[in-house]
Amino acid sequence: MNTKEKKSLFEKPGVQSVAASLICILLGLLVGYIVLLFINPEGAGRAMASILKNFLYFPRPAVALEYLGSTLVKTAPLLMCTLSILFAYKVGLFNIGASGQYAVGAGMALYMALGFHMPWYVCMIAAMIGGGILGGLAGALKAYLNVNEVIAGIMLNWISLYCMNMLLTNVKESSTTYTMALRTNAPKALIPSLGLNHLFSENKYVTIAIPLAVIISIVVWVVMEKTKLGFELKATGLNKNAAKYAGMKEKRNMILTMVIAGCLAGLGASFLYLSGIEQWSCAQTSVPAMGFNGIAAAFLGGLSPIGSIFAAFFTQHITSGGSYVDKMVYCSQISDLISAIIIYFCSFTLFIKFCLGRIGKKGGNK
Amino acid sequence: MALLLQYTLIYASVLMLVALGGCFSEHSGVINLGLEGTMVMGALGGALVMRNMPNLPGLAMLLMVVLGSVVFGLVYSLLLAVAAISFKADQTLVGTGMNLLGTAAATVFVKAINMRANRNNPSSAIVYIEQKKAFSLLKIGKFEISWFMLLAVLILIASYIVLYKTRFGLRLMACGEHPQAADSVGINVYKMRYAGVLISGALGGLGGIVYITAGVSEWKFENGVAGFGFLALAVMIFGQWKPQLIALTGLLFGLFRALSNVYTGFDFLTALHLPSTVYNMLPYIISLVVLAIFSRNSRAPKAEGIPYDKGQR
Repeated sequence: MNTKEKKSLFEKPGVQSVAASLICILLGLLVGYIVLLFINPEGAGRAMASILKNFLYFPRPAVALEYLGSTLVKTAPLLMCTLSILFAYKVGLFNIGASGQYAVGAGMALYMALGFHMPWYVCMIAAMIGGGILGGLAGALKAYLNVNEVIAGIMLNWISLYCMNMLLTNVKESSTTYTMALRTNAPKALIPSLGLNHLFSENKYVTIAIPLAVIISIVVWVVMEKTKLGFELKATGLNKNAAKYAGMKEKRNMILTMVIAGCLAGLGASFLYLSGIEQWSCAQTSVPAMGFNGIAAAFLGGLSPIGSIFAAFFTQHITSGGSYVDKMVYCSQISDLISAIIIYFCSFTLFIKFCLGRIGKKGGNK
Repeated sequence: MALLLQYTLIYASVLMLVALGGCFSEHSGVINLGLEGTMVMGALGGALVMRNMPNLPGLAMLLMVVLGSVVFGLVYSLLLAVAAISFKADQTLVGTGMNLLGTAAATVFVKAINMRANRNNPSSAIVYIEQKKAFSLLKIGKFEISWFMLLAVLILIASYIVLYKTRFGLRLMACGEHPQAADSVGINVYKMRYAGVLISGALGGLGGIVYITAGVSEWKFENGVAGFGFLALAVMIFGQWKPQLIALTGLLFGLFRALSNVYTGFDFLTALHLPSTVYNMLPYIISLVVLAIFSRNSRAPKAEGIPYDKGQR
């Protein structure tokens, strides 16, 4: 009886996914640790600890809670990017353009807020529409003109970054390259907190965006698993031609998927920038990292919307943690390195699952 | 005008080298989306040679820098080869991981060596003003021909011969078109694919060092190579996976990239009063348009992107 249970444990897909993700994380951390040792053997252990501790770096619970709040504020947009990538991936498209959609979302939200003094929900909708259009463009290029969505996505990322820099230059502070602060210039555009800030030692950036992101991931799960639309989209992803043969509009489905993915990423950007925690720098020369971290989180979460919630938190946790390493010895990019390694190892997930399955079978045969 | 020609040629060399790399990899059946990261790594390899051996005489410097970048690119592309060929991993995901890893690792590494040299210098830049002079082959007035341009032309010719006139090249292409058929006549598909990916790594690495020494005398590794690896892939697609066409499209794209460096030198372009951002965007917009037009009837190798499984029919 006992052995039978053991056999089924390792052969369960859910257990396999979680185990595979944990193995990826461990490998990522291990390689990251080796790199740290390579740079400076003395502080490596401490640096790794600060990355993993993140907000727990602060000994006082009230302060730690406040910084947990800040990590969560940044987790919300990351979760949206994660959902964007995962949604597209289920339909067989690799949405590397999430970063560009995120940039457009940020641009739209901030311009609506600072240029037209719109309330926060209008800004959010604008961000969604902006991201959605960009996503739809990539989808249409793929569906009708057979353009590789990864290359198109990268090109669109750079184009949208430069466009947004141009657009937001109109609403930037005169003395710096940053856009004007929302709190002083467009308080209406700040997402309301509804008392959530009291939970995190009065961290004023904590807003309803955080629970909203969680709700949206549940909605995405429902759409993917319980609706006709989700079924059709997944069928298109599994075999485009079979889907077409079964009477589904495979081109429309592809474009629709990318529109939704774009909306999610764009909305994510508004979650961050409308909380006021960050200002957009109009001199930015690199595409926002949020979309790329989303790739890590999507695969770590085993491509499940619910798993993404935890994966997004973990990814943001180590990204934020990177800023606490000793700057005299290491640089904060070490956490980017770790998430990149994690992405790389995530591509071995299939192989890891295969091995786990064999371990499970062996255990069962005994 | 001379300056525009010079920049066009040098950027065309970069695009040509990297696109030829992509071409070898794809003809063997593996999509190398990690070229961007490979370029960063190759650039790092070359830059490290320049930083650590600043006093090498001209030609030795050139050879060592080329060697450094090729070796770094080659070793880095092993990450793709092992994952995609031996472990049958998703090639898109591996490539993306490699791109992020390349920039992150190079940044961390360069910052670490900079900080070791001087505790108060946490920058990710390597400076090579003097060392760079070794790459100049010939100077006619303002127009400067670089060794790298010559190298790119030689590699272009070599690639054409290798792909179409040698047994190795034809076998390589067979593995990208129909690996099962290739296997049935005794070609080791795995070996061929390893060869394809490693060649692409070497060429990508070389392209990386040419790119960072093209217009500037120091490079901040935080910035990676700004999507150039993907532009090269666009050049490859536009060039229909054929070396001779890749050369032509490389020149075209190189021209647009060069415009953003030198547009201020042209009266009619400055008279348009376009913001400089527009010129920065130009290569990306052009490549998107070109992709939209030419992807439909693409002549991509038939089996690219599909892991080879011996047991499959």
